[in-house]
Amino acid sequence: MNVHEYQAKELMRKFNISVLDGEVAKTAKEAVEVAKKLGGNIWVVKAQIHAGGRGLGGGVKLAKSLDEVEQFAKEIIGMQLVTHQTGPEGKKVQKVLVEAGCDIAQEYYFGIVLDRDSGKITMMACEEGGVNIEDVAHNTPERIIKVRIDPATGFTPYVGRKLAFAIGLEGDTMKKCVKFLSGLYQLYTQKDCSVAEINPLVVTKQGDVIALDAKLNFDENALFRHPDIEELRDPTEESADELEASKFGLSYISLDGNIGCLVNGAGLAMATMDIIKIFGGEPANFLDVGGGATKETVEKAFKIILNDKNVKAILVNIFGGIMKCDIIAEGIIAAAKSLDLKVPLIVRLEGTNVSLGKKLLQDSGLAITAANDLADAAKKAVSAAKGEL
Amino acid sequence: MSILVNRDSRLITIGLTGKQGTFHTLQSRDYGTNVVGGVTPGKGGMVHEGIPVYNSTYQAVKETEANVAMIFVPPKFAADSILESIDAGVELIIAITEGIPINDMVKVKSVLNNSKSRLIGPNCPGIITPGECKVGIMPGHIHMPGSVGVISRSGTLTYEAVYQLTQRDIGQSTCVGIGGDPVNGTNFIDCLELFEKDKDTEAVIMIGEIGGSAETDAAKWIRDNMNKPVVSFIAGASAPKGKRMGHAGAIISGGDDTAEAKYKVLEECGITIAKSPAELGEKLASVL
Repeated sequence: MNVHEYQAKELMRKFNISVLDGEVAKTAKEAVEVAKKLGGNIWVVKAQIHAGGRGLGGGVKLAKSLDEVEQFAKEIIGMQLVTHQTGPEGKKVQKVLVEAGCDIAQEYYFGIVLDRDSGKITMMACEEGGVNIEDVAHNTPERIIKVRIDPATGFTPYVGRKLAFAIGLEGDTMKKCVKFLSGLYQLYTQKDCSVAEINPLVVTKQGDVIALDAKLNFDENALFRHPDIEELRDPTEESADELEASKFGLSYISLDGNIGCLVNGAGLAMATMDIIKIFGGEPANFLDVGGGATKETVEKAFKIILNDKNVKAILVNIFGGIMKCDIIAEGIIAAAKSLDLKVPLIVRLEGTNVSLGKKLLQDSGLAITAANDLADAAKKAVSAAKGEL
Repeated sequence: MSILVNRDSRLITIGLTGKQGTFHTLQSRDYGTNVVGGVTPGKGGMVHEGIPVYNSTYQAVKETEANVAMIFVPPKFAADSILESIDAGVELIIAITEGIPINDMVKVKSVLNNSKSRLIGPNCPGIITPGECKVGIMPGHIHMPGSVGVISRSGTLTYEAVYQLTQRDIGQSTCVGIGGDPVNGTNFIDCLELFEKDKDTEAVIMIGEIGGSAETDAAKWIRDNMNKPVVSFIAGASAPKGKRMGHAGAIISGGDDTAEAKYKVLEECGITIAKSPAELGEKLASVL
């Protein structure tokens, strides 16, 4: 789960991690109030959306007067901000973060992620900040210094010193950096983050170590023990259909194609999308009904797929394990009747209770195209979407 | 022969008396697995569906000499059950549970590394040696005893591969679902090593996914260490970047963990590629 920068920074303050003073505003008027409260003569107005690259897209502006704060806030709030992470349609900005300015001497990169190879939390630093870290990792991986943390000891000061020295910090600044990283590690582990990224972390001309930007992601599987984090969820940042699907235990991701997919299991769901592409079609979605689906959730899944008006055909691919084919068949029949299904439906069933499932579909009198295997199903779905079946 | 489980395996189910635990334990027993007990704290002493229930894994192991534990405990408590099983000295722990917090698994992995136990999963379908022993949630009847080893990060996609093999009269030695989570107990290389040593395994199917580097690491290991042919499919060639595709671990985060990038390394390492999931059986038949 993602949160906004202003929410991330509020959490960081609670862990004594230094961030700039600032507050969130929903209107230009509120933005000016925040700026007045902060004082000084320079402020940064930052669009709050769940995506990186906001500065390049025109969503971050430096204001040198209260009039400018108002003007920039007016421009940014309500704009459709396009960055490399939002897709071409962009995201509508609802709020801005107004922060006090600071005298930047140097910018760095710090991050905490899971290292999947070792199964350990890993802290990373790079002496280049404000850059796209994925590019650095790909082109010059040696410039990123990594330390894997032993879960038995957690963060210890040497880890912080190692990273701070590696990027060239010394004296008091090095000590402040160690304190900063210690706080960030505590936040990461205590709140079950999956990513904590400070890009850039800045050292000011006064020698202070401050997070200029902050990105925190949280492990969805651990949210049950963090109701305070769950409260930070911004539903406007998530696809309504994806959110609705998750309430029913369905894993759904909307895509650009026109063949709706309903599959059990994440791997098979991806493989079904892949094979549709191989036969020249385009999947409209990823949808894993999971192992515990009922007639009702299958019906719900159909409804969500059909909410996408691009869908020209639906491919159901079920390999029953825990999931029984007859349950799926009942769900298909119920959905086809209640939703007045107009698009062609191609069904491939295999595994647990397959004969019962096939019989239910046959007896239903619905216009269903049965498929013998995975390739047959994909071919038929692609033809159907082209209106050639 | 086979790897990890066989007709001598003695299984206990942790979380036996729950709905899922009961259903799949009985399915496993019906398949022929030697189910010797179950654990549900507080229900020790009762007999559930003919299976003795114990309060703790220690007690269950002591009384039944179980050497395999299957975990059907909800995600909140699953890490604790894995740790208890490690502490009780269970040789092989199979965690079916989906949705265990990553940081819980980071701690489990650290304990596991300093123990004699092996963990399969979590978030996996389990493991089956056809005709001998089934520990997990896979449909037993699609399998057939034989000489192809199957390793996969995905459940139903494994069934698909197995089904294609059985349709061609090609049997399986052992099928292992290593799970779809970013931190798991056993990786591809661990299984490949076992299959390479197993005299009854002649070839291996490795089914990977986008995200992480497990497949490319395995490819390099195969190139340097393996004599048996390997066929591989990577799910998610059509997946968008930065989106979690159902499995917690199936997410493209850089340029090196796309299906395309993985295929490239696999091919360079001499592995037979199935670019379509419908070609797995056919490709495997071609290398036998």
